[in-house]
Amino acid sequence: MSVTAEQQVWVRQARAQSALSKLFDWKPFLVVMCMLPAVGLLAVFLTYPLGLGIWLAFTDTTIGRSGRWVGLENFEYMLEDPIWWNAVFFSVFYTGVATIGKFGLGLWLALLLNNHLPFKSMLRAIILLPWIVPTVLTAIAFWWIYNPQFSIISWMFIELGLRDTNIDFINTAWPARWSLIGANIWRGIPFVAISLLAGLQTISPSLYEAALLDGSTGWQRFRYITFPMLLPILAIVMTFSIIFTFTDFQLVYAITRGGPVNSTHLLATLAFQRGIPGGQLGEGAAIAVSMIPFLVFATLFSYFALARRKWQQGESND
Amino acid sequence: MANIITRRSILGAGAATLALGQEALAQTQVQVASGVAAPNLPIENGATLRMLRPVRFVAPDEEVFRANCARFTQQTGVQVRVDFVGWEDINQQTAVTANTGAGPDIIVGFGDAPHIYVSKLVELSDVAEYLGRKYGGWMFAADKLGKRHGSNNWIGLPFGGTAGPLVWRKSAVNQVGFQTPPNDLPGFLDLCRKLRQAGKPAGFALGNAVGDGNGFANWLMWSHGASITDEAGGVAVNSPQTLAALNYLKELYATFVDGGTISWGDISNNQAYAASNCWLTSNGVSLYFALKNDPATRPIADDTEHSFLPFGAAPSWPSAPLTLNAMVFRHSRFPNAAKALLAFLMEQPQYEPWLNANLGYWAQPLNAYRDAGVWSSDPKIAIFRDTMNNRFWNGYKGPISEASGQANAEYVLVQMFASVAAGQATPEAAMREADRRARRIFRR
Repeated sequence: MSVTAEQQVWVRQARAQSALSKLFDWKPFLVVMCMLPAVGLLAVFLTYPLGLGIWLAFTDTTIGRSGRWVGLENFEYMLEDPIWWNAVFFSVFYTGVATIGKFGLGLWLALLLNNHLPFKSMLRAIILLPWIVPTVLTAIAFWWIYNPQFSIISWMFIELGLRDTNIDFINTAWPARWSLIGANIWRGIPFVAISLLAGLQTISPSLYEAALLDGSTGWQRFRYITFPMLLPILAIVMTFSIIFTFTDFQLVYAITRGGPVNSTHLLATLAFQRGIPGGQLGEGAAIAVSMIPFLVFATLFSYFALARRKWQQGESND
Repeated sequence: MANIITRRSILGAGAATLALGQEALAQTQVQVASGVAAPNLPIENGATLRMLRPVRFVAPDEEVFRANCARFTQQTGVQVRVDFVGWEDINQQTAVTANTGAGPDIIVGFGDAPHIYVSKLVELSDVAEYLGRKYGGWMFAADKLGKRHGSNNWIGLPFGGTAGPLVWRKSAVNQVGFQTPPNDLPGFLDLCRKLRQAGKPAGFALGNAVGDGNGFANWLMWSHGASITDEAGGVAVNSPQTLAALNYLKELYATFVDGGTISWGDISNNQAYAASNCWLTSNGVSLYFALKNDPATRPIADDTEHSFLPFGAAPSWPSAPLTLNAMVFRHSRFPNAAKALLAFLMEQPQYEPWLNANLGYWAQPLNAYRDAGVWSSDPKIAIFRDTMNNRFWNGYKGPISEASGQANAEYVLVQMFASVAAGQATPEAAMREADRRARRIFRR
């Protein structure tokens, strides 16, 4: 069989394939090239800021000048600083209490909304309101609610004759801490309630029907059906909630700015105050970096403790 | 917020400028030295300028400032863009500008900013010395904040300053047997006790309040002869004078408004005063004008007086003016144009209308403007006239540095006093803690 002119051309072109073209035909290289834009974006927007933050933590950089490497000096000072220890205490306390509050009330609301109620859609929309409102507006609203002179709560109590003086919401340490936790719970409930409601709606009604036929009580249905079935989503929601609460900034900064006398500083607000208005970027970065172990621990704990498959299936853990 | 002033926008702005300028010139009493030669500042070809400054406090501040810049454009052809930014953002934006070497040519920052970024700035001695000769010399705080420590080199051009004197209700003070608040510390404590007994208490911010909290804490220190640093810049918090200030505050705090003031921010005293919950506090002139301009609170304004906070052991009013301090950055391609603009804005036809438009909120740094119309427009604001002659500054008695600004930003003194007022610490323990924090901040 004779070779046509077109075929000859095709053969010559195939033989002349460039090195670059060959390189792109090599699968591992092609995979790397396709991954490169995504890796580049991650490196620029995630890894670099995180790496820079960690680097700054080991320097004495201030806002006015570049820093020198000081090793662990910032961390050593931090460990001797009662304000940092106070911020650690309050961050853990705030996260723990607020998370319990949000999950207790959020689960209760989710269970309520999972029933057949009149105006269910409207109720769900109302529940979402605190979540829709920008945090800073929430903070301003609570700042007014806790105002030492003009608190509406104080006003109501005085008008009702239940008190003679204004309530001391944010003027002393513990009332201020509880007031901030209250604001955080109010703001966080919708996220938990709506997420858990979504989880509740995935549970098959046939499970409840079978349990009813077996003569189960309401508590038994919750303990052996609802709770285990909800655990996977509970674990995810709790992980997120812990991260959001531990790294909270706006509510505390807008309402108390870490006061009175540093008693309500979270690690995030303390890091900001030292780093930006205070100008000590190195020290601020060190405080921010000190949040990482807490976050990793809290995340791993909530995720692995709650996401164990056997527990979810009602069996004992290994 | 940004505004680009171009040749096209001058037509509109020019009319307003002309009106303001003519009115101001007609009323002027400012005496200017004649025959003082302006520095030779040949404006670079094609120059354009960008300026950043803190947002206005009263509306005419911005209007007249823009009109003045428009007039500069009209006379020189140099286009000027002015960006107004929030007070709490100006430090960060200055830092970014200084560190990156890009951004505005001029930043009007606050008092200590030029001392932090000194290596990035154009020296302004020629402009400052010219203005000083022409306008009766610079006032004390302007000289202190404008010059590099220990030298005659001007690194900033002070633009104006504000202070927070005592604001008090005349009826209440008179009711408890005083004509005016006493100038001595025991007398002032006695007044506050009597006001409390009369149900018309005093209140001063002790929360993390940038202006009022720091101002009150500084007054407590300085009026007792205490200071955060000594002349050499060493930490000097731990002293018998500080202890005396803490013990005084302990007694004074018991006379404050119900609920206390440890959570008070910068506007809390304004709110409490306007609601007649607090009858004596310290604040800038803005509180008085807010009360005066609202028919509902006009009677409170009529009953309001200003006076100095008690001097105590200090030889003069122990208060540091919050100062606007202009900087020209070395990265500017048009440093002569930038310096020419600053000089132009400080010249009488521009500066005096601007000063008058601010209703006393900003006080002049140059002696000649003491005669500006604003200071005789309302006797109740005359006290602000010599704000820039106050002999105190943040970080007093030491050199002005980034550390003094940082101590303010971290509320070291405010929290020392607040912890004693709250009963969280003894005066000795609070002083030791403040000393520990100050040593960390002033370590370099």
